[in-house]
Amino acid sequence: MNPSTFTIAELRAAYTSGEISPSEVLTTLAAEIEARDPDIGGYLSYDLELALADAKSVDLSKPLGGVPIAIKDLINVKGHPCSCASKILHGKYTSPYDATVVRKLREAGAIPFGRTNMDEFAMGSSNENSGIRPCRNPHDPERIPGGSSGGSAAVVAAHTAIAALGTDTGGSIRQPASHCGIVGLKPTYGRVSRYGLVAFASSLDQCGPMAKTVADAAMLLEGIAGACARDSTCLDAPVPRYSEEIGKDIRGLRIGLPAEYFAVGLDPAVRSRVEEAVKALESLGAELIPVSLPNTEFAVATYYIIATAEASSNLARFDGVRYGHRAAADDLIGMYGKTRDEGFGEEVKRRILLGTYVLSSGYYDAYYLRAQKVRTLIRRDFEEAFAQVDLIASPVSPVPPFRLEEKQSDPLAMYLADIYTISANLAGICGISVPCGTVPVEGRDLPVGLQLLGKPFGEAELLRAAHAYETARG
Amino acid sequence: MNIRQVAALARLELTDEEAGRYQVQLDQILHYVEQLNGIDVRGIEPTAHAAAVYDVIREDVTVADGLSQEEALRNAPLVAQDQFRLPKVVE
Repeated sequence: MNPSTFTIAELRAAYTSGEISPSEVLTTLAAEIEARDPDIGGYLSYDLELALADAKSVDLSKPLGGVPIAIKDLINVKGHPCSCASKILHGKYTSPYDATVVRKLREAGAIPFGRTNMDEFAMGSSNENSGIRPCRNPHDPERIPGGSSGGSAAVVAAHTAIAALGTDTGGSIRQPASHCGIVGLKPTYGRVSRYGLVAFASSLDQCGPMAKTVADAAMLLEGIAGACARDSTCLDAPVPRYSEEIGKDIRGLRIGLPAEYFAVGLDPAVRSRVEEAVKALESLGAELIPVSLPNTEFAVATYYIIATAEASSNLARFDGVRYGHRAAADDLIGMYGKTRDEGFGEEVKRRILLGTYVLSSGYYDAYYLRAQKVRTLIRRDFEEAFAQVDLIASPVSPVPPFRLEEKQSDPLAMYLADIYTISANLAGICGISVPCGTVPVEGRDLPVGLQLLGKPFGEAELLRAAHAYETARG
Repeated sequence: MNIRQVAALARLELTDEEAGRYQVQLDQILHYVEQLNGIDVRGIEPTAHAAAVYDVIREDVTVADGLSQEEALRNAPLVAQDQFRLPKVVE
């Protein structure tokens, strides 16, 4: 059997029985990437030699011993390029250090292998904003894989990776996971260290697992979660043994169904799949309870003010001085302006401009401060809902993956499709996308994801419900 | 929004074509986000960070070695005398 199709659990079993070695797995994966990734575009680069060197000293007795993990190209891995799919860094930057999540993966025995494609600086929902190359959905190469962690989702779905890390600022793990038919989990803000992630929106970003099964996602989360001395927003809450939590049953679990997430704009076929999944959870013993999240309609506007404001500040560091591209110019200010105009792609510039405007003198109170107050209202919606229920169930994306270039000329239409995922980032809660079947679109069966949202640090319940559903679905 | 003024603040030297396109798109997006103006936010505290459960405090000591000068300069586009080299700032 080709080990590239293995889950983490299957790979671990194959190591234990001695039927395969980490170097054989890496070599097979590299061959699969060479053969099939050119048609998908999931990877921006990979370094087999570095990985084989890592494999030599790997401890197979560790929880993730010998497991290769593909890494989204905005997470620093010492000695690897880190381009953020931007021309401003591509070919011009090699990470001098490991991000905390990578250090933790190594400590758990894993091998970082391959850098996955993404929307430039994680800004996008289709992977079309990659400044390097497009990425396609393995289920239909004419369609988007979702974004911004589109490459991580595509390589796991295409079996050119065992599992991957992504990041989620407004749905960037859950939405591509849904579109590619894999499992993706956005942890609670503060569950996982952000040290070594190239920052997009610091109050919203979280790194999380993208995997073939819920059990794999649990194992990966266990590996990367926990306090970090280099990220003061990362909390020292104890890390449960997620992989042991998932086997428990869900009888009596209260699942909320927010009316606002099953509203106008939801594709009827997507709606049917999600409702079937919710019914399956009910037949497993969960209790379904209607809830309301009344400020949902304001989430997109709130998000695009806060996220762009933070991005405009974070991306100020790309100025041609310390790393990356530098344009030729006679004076310093001209060098900054030309470097950034040449180096950043269209969506990144659009968001920097919007963020700069909403933070600028005279507009700060009207836009940024007001958005932060509405963010409080959105957070309270969830607090009130979670007083009644343990989890919330909804669709991930209102529509199946669309065709490449279908929505690219209308940025606002693209933003509006993030409606079901961004509130979780604003509220700081955790969420998972788990495959719940397919919908037929123009002769192809396209994946649909069920989203479950949990209380802060409620990842164990989230994984338990997702695993129970996944097992029942078969 | 005056796109040229904002672009200058953001240190983005836009072409005329870009400036024209962004002006239209950003006016449209701003019009959309202005729906927040209709919400009553009197007395509501702003949320800067969602997980403000408690402060994380540690001893004020170096937690790890930083980058060496050589490592810090390795990704620089232009280096001179072990420093970042830049275009002239003052005449």
